[in-house]
Amino acid sequence: MAKPQLFDVKKIRKDFPNLSVKVHGKTVVYLDNAATTLKPQSVIDATVHHYSAETSNIHRGVHYLSEKATAEYEKTRESVRAFLNAAKSSEIIFTKGTTDSINLVAHSYGRTFLQKGDEVIISEMEHHSNIVPWQILREEKGIVLKVIPMNNNGEFSVADFEKQLSPKTKFVSLVYISNSLGTINPVAEIIKISHRQNIPVLIDAAQTVNHMPVDVQKLDCDFLALSGHKLYGPTGVGVLYGKTDLLNKMPPYQGGGDMISSVTFEKTTYNVLPYKFEAGTPNIAGVIALKAAIDYINSISFENIMQHEQELLDYGTKVLTKIPGLRLIGTAKHKAAILAFVLPNIHAHDLGTLVDEDGIAIRTGHHCTQPVMKHFGIPATSRVSLAFYNTKEELDLLAASVKKAIKVFSPKL
Amino acid sequence: MSDNSRAELYQQVILEHHHKPRNFGEMADATHDAEGYNPLCGDHLHIYLHVDDNNLIDNVMFKGDGCAISRASASMMTVALKGKPVAEAKTLYEEFHQLILGHLKPEKDPNQLGKLAIFSGIWQYPSRVKCASLCWHTMKGALDKTKSVSTE
Repeated sequence: MAKPQLFDVKKIRKDFPNLSVKVHGKTVVYLDNAATTLKPQSVIDATVHHYSAETSNIHRGVHYLSEKATAEYEKTRESVRAFLNAAKSSEIIFTKGTTDSINLVAHSYGRTFLQKGDEVIISEMEHHSNIVPWQILREEKGIVLKVIPMNNNGEFSVADFEKQLSPKTKFVSLVYISNSLGTINPVAEIIKISHRQNIPVLIDAAQTVNHMPVDVQKLDCDFLALSGHKLYGPTGVGVLYGKTDLLNKMPPYQGGGDMISSVTFEKTTYNVLPYKFEAGTPNIAGVIALKAAIDYINSISFENIMQHEQELLDYGTKVLTKIPGLRLIGTAKHKAAILAFVLPNIHAHDLGTLVDEDGIAIRTGHHCTQPVMKHFGIPATSRVSLAFYNTKEELDLLAASVKKAIKVFSPKL
Repeated sequence: MSDNSRAELYQQVILEHHHKPRNFGEMADATHDAEGYNPLCGDHLHIYLHVDDNNLIDNVMFKGDGCAISRASASMMTVALKGKPVAEAKTLYEEFHQLILGHLKPEKDPNQLGKLAIFSGIWQYPSRVKCASLCWHTMKGALDKTKSVSTE
C-alpha cells in the first residue's frame, strides 16, 4: 500500500472555504460535522462546472452535452463502487440521501417480502430515519419491530442482538455508527449471524463512510445506505448499495422516466439495475460532485483521517471531561469522533446559543434520536462532531466557551 | 438588545427568573390547565390557571423542564397574568406574540407588556422564539380548553 501523503491540517483547511467564514465577528469553529460536513473547493467547483459548462439531462439526449453529463454521472457510480468495494457498479443506486435509501428498502423490499408477524430488528440508538419507515410498514403490514436495547455507555453487544433474534426475524436494519453517541456497532458479526438464518441486513452508514473505510463485500451486508452531504459532498444526493440478487427481486420504488424499458398503456417493462430504482431526473450535479468528494477523501486517505480524528477524540474527551459537572453521553469502548454531553444546570439549547456567540457551531437537541434521549432520561444533549479538518485549538476554544457559559449561568448570590 | 452581543439574550432578569422561577409547581384546584410541548427542544410545560366567577385569573402556576428562556418566560408570564381578567390575558398573548416576532416595538408601539418587553430582541434568534412563546401558547390553550399544545 502506498504511503499516504503527510497530513497537514493547516493546508487541508485551506481547501474548505467555509472554514474561514466569520460568525459574530469570529472565525467559525465548525463542530457540527455529523449534521453535515463542509465541502472542499473541488466539490464546489464540480457543481459550478456542471451548471456552467456541462448542463444537460442524462440517459436521454444524443447530443454532446447529454452524453458528457451521462458519462460524468456514471463515473461517480464507478467511483462509489470502488469506494465501497461493491462487486458491480449496477449495485450502486443514487437516491436523495440515507433517509431515502432506507425508505426505498422498507418500501420496496419490505412491502413485497415481509408479512404480518414477521420481525424486523433495529436498535435503541437508531436515527428516526431507521425507525419511522419500519413503523409505517408495521401499520401497513403488521410486521413486528424488535429493538436491541443498549447499556448506559451507549453500546449493545452481539449477544444483545441474539436475544432479539427469533425464527420469525426476517430483516435486520442497524446503524453502524450512532449519530448521537458515536458508538461503532459490531455490525460485521451481526451480519454473519443473521445470514445463518438467511436474514438480509441493511446498514445505515451515514455517519460511518466519512470516518472509516467500508467494504461492503467484506462486511457482506445486503444493503447499505449513505448520504453525500455527510461525506464532504453535496446535499440531496445519497446512495443505496444493494446486492444484485435482492435488487433484482425487488419491485421499483417509484415509477417514472428512466426506470423503464418500454411503456404502453397495457404494460410497462422496467429497466435493468440500477436504473429501475432511479425514476425521474436525478440530482445530476450532486452526483457528479460526489465523485469530487470521494476523490478528495482518497487524496487525504482514511489512514490519515482515522489517526487525526482519534487524536481529536482523545483530546476532546480530555478537555471536556475536565469541566466540572460535565457528563459525556455515549462512552462506548469503540467510538467515532463524536462527543455528546450534558451540563447540570444549563439546557443544551442555552449552551448552543451561548457558544454560538463565540462563533462555535455545535448541535443541540435530540439529534433525531429521541429514544436515546429517553434512555438517558434527558431532553437533549450538546453534540460536538469532528472532522479531519478540525484542530485541538478549536477544542480548546470550545472548552473555554463552555466554561464561560457556565459562569453566565451560575446563580448570583 | 444589540446585534453583536448575543449574550444579552441572557440578561440578568431572565437568568434570575430561571434560577428562581415564580409560581412554580402544581395547582390542585385549577379551573384551566394544559400541557405544552416543543418537540424540537424537548421543552415541556404544564400551565395551571384558576379563573374566578368574575373572569379574573386569581392564580396561575407552571411546572416543567426546559431551557432558561422557556423557564424564565413562563415564570414572568405567571407574574404578569396574576390578577388580570381573562380578556386582558388574551390581549397580552397577542402583544407578546407580536413582540417576539419583532413586529411590536415596545419603545414606540403602545402596549401593556411591562417587564415582558425584555424579550423584545428574541426575534433575532429564530430558533429560540418558540422557547419564549411555548408558555403563552400553552396558557392560551388552557383558556381555550385545549389540553395539549405543540409548537411544531
